[in-house]
Amino acid sequence: MTTALADSVIMLRRNLKHMIRYPAVTLFMVLMPVAFLLLFVYILGGTIGPAGHTGRAAYATFITPGVLALTAVAATTATAVSIATDMTGGIVARFRTMPIARVSVLAGHVGGAVIQTVLGMVAVTAIALLTGFRATTSATDWLAAAAILILFAFALTWLSVALGLAAKSVESASNAPTPLIILAFLGSGFVLTRSMPTAIRWFAEYQPFTPVIDTVRGLLIGGPIGRNAVIAIAWCLVITLGSYLWARKLFNRDLVVS
Amino acid sequence: MSSPTPRPTTAIAVTGLRKSYGEHMVLDGIDLTVQQGTVFALLGPNGAGKTTTVQILSTLIHADAGQAALAGYDLNTEPARIREVIGVTGQYSAVDKLLTGRENLMLMADLFHLGRARAKARAEELLERFDLTEAADKPASTYSGGMQRKLDLAMTLVSDPQIIFLDEPTTGLDPRSRRVMWQIVKDLTRSGVTIFLTTQYLEEADQLAGQIALLDRGRLIAQGTPDELKRMIPGGHIRLRFNDAGTLSKAREVIARPGRADEEALTLELPTSGSVPELRGILTRLDGQRIDVAELTVHTPDLDDVFLTLTGN
Repeated sequence: MTTALADSVIMLRRNLKHMIRYPAVTLFMVLMPVAFLLLFVYILGGTIGPAGHTGRAAYATFITPGVLALTAVAATTATAVSIATDMTGGIVARFRTMPIARVSVLAGHVGGAVIQTVLGMVAVTAIALLTGFRATTSATDWLAAAAILILFAFALTWLSVALGLAAKSVESASNAPTPLIILAFLGSGFVLTRSMPTAIRWFAEYQPFTPVIDTVRGLLIGGPIGRNAVIAIAWCLVITLGSYLWARKLFNRDLVVS
Repeated sequence: MSSPTPRPTTAIAVTGLRKSYGEHMVLDGIDLTVQQGTVFALLGPNGAGKTTTVQILSTLIHADAGQAALAGYDLNTEPARIREVIGVTGQYSAVDKLLTGRENLMLMADLFHLGRARAKARAEELLERFDLTEAADKPASTYSGGMQRKLDLAMTLVSDPQIIFLDEPTTGLDPRSRRVMWQIVKDLTRSGVTIFLTTQYLEEADQLAGQIALLDRGRLIAQGTPDELKRMIPGGHIRLRFNDAGTLSKAREVIARPGRADEEALTLELPTSGSVPELRGILTRLDGQRIDVAELTVHTPDLDDVFLTLTGN
């Protein structure tokens, strides 16, 4: 167990080095949510702002939780690509012939990706503040919102690890997390779900992004959270556990180098 | 009392190794033994099953059947012990291209828990030994193929493995890098490690290995020292070329032994052992009749002949 931890720390260091050496990956990751933030606030915000949210600043405040969820999605592509690059190259084969805890390879990726995502979220929040986003609640609520977002990032990271392992090539790994972007938009992130057609609305209210976004929004700008927090945490745990088991199964199968 | 001479011990013992992917039989019952401190070459064409053999013996994939022991540890029940004593350099570059050469070596040293000071010293020593000091702090992605292969091998050596697997270590390298790699392998053998090498180059097996096994379509078709293998096929021949057809036919009469004449190329091929007295005898007889030889070539059998003869290709 101690070896597994020590090995995981070594692997985490490896992934952090990658991140520091190639900051473009992190910048690119932040670019997508920031682009949507600016697009929605400055171009669409004037017209599609939900009822009761008039003005750009109010709309920026409304969509920031959704943009933060989108940041976690943007990070999944980088993670899946980095896992697939490792798997298709020879380095993982080398690790597997060494006396190290196998889980450490994945743990290093997950740790590195979560740190990268959190950094991305901090940058996105800073830009959101510039566009007019204002949180109206206490420091404790900020921490609670951060905790939910980190849990969500952790869940999506494990999912992207599994997607990266399942991919046959680096190219297909980079496309695998794309459906998650659609989930981010078919939720409560950018418009109120009650404005959607019934079928889509039903989907939007029951998919995992909506309770996460609603909880974060409730914590940051006040308003009812209700059962959303519990549902959000449950979703995160289910996604994490399912993805972890899937990833472990994929990682432990015989590696076929062709 | 004199101490007994240390008997060579077995580094790798394999019996009845089998592996298939679906319908496709990759290894069809392999038996082999590698003595400690020797270089063993598994020689075969693409698709013969060389890489699969290495992957199984290096604990990367599971065999369908068969037994194997490495350094006395059982492959099926003690893979963790085996991982402590082996080092693997595959044919696919197993370096972290985003890290520098030094960082790659330090990563290995950390994973083997060498401790900071020893890790640094070991990395430095290997960089020096493999002539990578200058490129040590550049990302491995900027290295040439030959440099990446050297770094790969250096990473394998960080832990001082007893048994080293080299899967096609020179495939894709230019001739100069290939020679450098050969020299590195030759130097390694002096330190007493066991090397299990796969190659599709007969010259490489001939140069490096004490024992060679020929693998063809999942079966070992011959095993032995390079000399033993060369003796398995008919000996060499000399080839004489003449200036015109008349001289050629005259030469055949004078020499009066079975040979193969080629009227178009004006050549005569005679099976010989290649020994000097035999050659001298032939040339003296031709000289006695004033028959001019335009060209003489001596062909000794090499592993190519062995391989082609045994595989029937």
